[in-house]
Amino acid sequence: MELPIYLDNNATTPLDPRVLEAMLPYFTNKFGNAASRNHAFGWVAEEGVDYAREQVAKLIGCTDKEIIFTSGATEADNLGIKGVYEMYQDKGNHIITATTEHKAVLDACKHLEKLGAKVTYLQVKADGLIDLQELEAAMTEQTILVTIMYGNNEIGVIQPVKEISAIAHKHGALFMTDATQTVGKIPVDVNADGIDLMAFSAHKMYGPKGVGALYVRRKNPRVKVTAQIDGGGHERGMRSGTLNVPGIVGLGKACELCRLEMDEEAKRLSALRDKLEGALSQMEESYVNGNTAHRLPHVANISFKYVEGEGLMMSMKDLAVSSGSACTSASLEPSYVLKSLGLSDDLAHSSIRFGLGRFTTEEEIDFAIEHTKAAVNHLRELSPLWEMFKEGIDLSKIEWAEH
Amino acid sequence: MEHYTNPRNVGTLNKDSKNVGTGLVGAPECGDVMRLQIEVDDNNVITDAKFKTFGCGSAIASSSLATEWLKGKTVDEALTIDNMDIVEELALPPVKIHCSVLAEDAIKSAINDYRVKNGMEPIAMPKSHH
Repeated sequence: MELPIYLDNNATTPLDPRVLEAMLPYFTNKFGNAASRNHAFGWVAEEGVDYAREQVAKLIGCTDKEIIFTSGATEADNLGIKGVYEMYQDKGNHIITATTEHKAVLDACKHLEKLGAKVTYLQVKADGLIDLQELEAAMTEQTILVTIMYGNNEIGVIQPVKEISAIAHKHGALFMTDATQTVGKIPVDVNADGIDLMAFSAHKMYGPKGVGALYVRRKNPRVKVTAQIDGGGHERGMRSGTLNVPGIVGLGKACELCRLEMDEEAKRLSALRDKLEGALSQMEESYVNGNTAHRLPHVANISFKYVEGEGLMMSMKDLAVSSGSACTSASLEPSYVLKSLGLSDDLAHSSIRFGLGRFTTEEEIDFAIEHTKAAVNHLRELSPLWEMFKEGIDLSKIEWAEH
Repeated sequence: MEHYTNPRNVGTLNKDSKNVGTGLVGAPECGDVMRLQIEVDDNNVITDAKFKTFGCGSAIASSSLATEWLKGKTVDEALTIDNMDIVEELALPPVKIHCSVLAEDAIKSAINDYRVKNGMEPIAMPKSHH
């Protein structure tokens, strides 16, 4: 077992060696531009892209023409949201999303607000799920898009996308989902789930960074998005720019591996996750965040009261984990996702996200359990709050000098 | 780093004792709470210092260093400890300067607790730098 142990697979996953192998020829002798139609170099590259498009489509149950390759999920989120707003502006200007969405969605919506869009940010319940009645009540004749993530990046809760899409469609709106953490982890079928647009990324499913896709429905209804990057008219005019052929080939291979191995992997990872979570939640004053019945198989988010998350991560130097998401951990703010669940700042500050992955072993999980326990106990020995708690002092009654 | 992985003077002094001063600063919501205690002898010399801190590594290291520096100093000398000395000693990055400020506040707050217990005027607390 090598240290440190990587348990931050929601931030990114290592590249599967089989994916790398598939990609390599496209860096060297198959280097052509997939848009070069008049010679063999172009054809070979295009063949690689076409094959990848089929591999991706097969994983999510769509046709290959419905896949728009992008530079990643952030771009796909932006293209989906801004592209729909621009395309369907005549029909209405209202978008519904949720407070626990990824920043790529929230900030794209904020951008549109400046351009005249009305955006409803649904609150979530204490378990992280949105309230379907609230969604229903928020729908108006002006609503053109409902965009709710599939599985959450910080706590792993899975939203009831079928029910959400049904409500959106009943009111004539499109349904988009950011499925970055979900595709390749659990079965996703765009038709069964009623998804019109879906963003996802290769590097969260053992593929390379810098490549992702937006699924755009072509039938019932035929959805169009206005391009956000102008140029040579690639990807059916929706996303210009020379295709990242090795990346796309990698995404395709990653999707194929996920399709073939997902069921088994999910079973194995949820067993390991449950072992980790079971052991750690037995510790005094530790709390599992988010709904545990509707959840991705590989994520556990646990708050250890009376210790501070950043300090905890430093003491867990042999574990690569995160407190909050990688995107926001550069700031010192507690996770806005956990705060949306109604967690107080101190519990949100005390949380650790464990993200298991394809290469996580049971030995590593056993080590992680012991290492985390030792770190929490060590920091509680140092914590004045723990001492006060043990003395029976009610911390909420103390007047803290806010600073 | 050494003060974080191997903090000195972790513990608790009897806060009800007349020659012990206790400073509790910060707030759980902000992610930092520091409790710093000093024990002072009849010659106004700090003979012992203990801390417990809830917070990031820099907050823990800052309080550990503060207790090391306090021991052996007179109360008046202790008042001259400046947060920037802590920043320099621990090479804290800019986002962690507030940890050193908190440690300075904790020192002053502990001294005030001691002064008030012994019938002296509290010194003015520095305006919070936050």
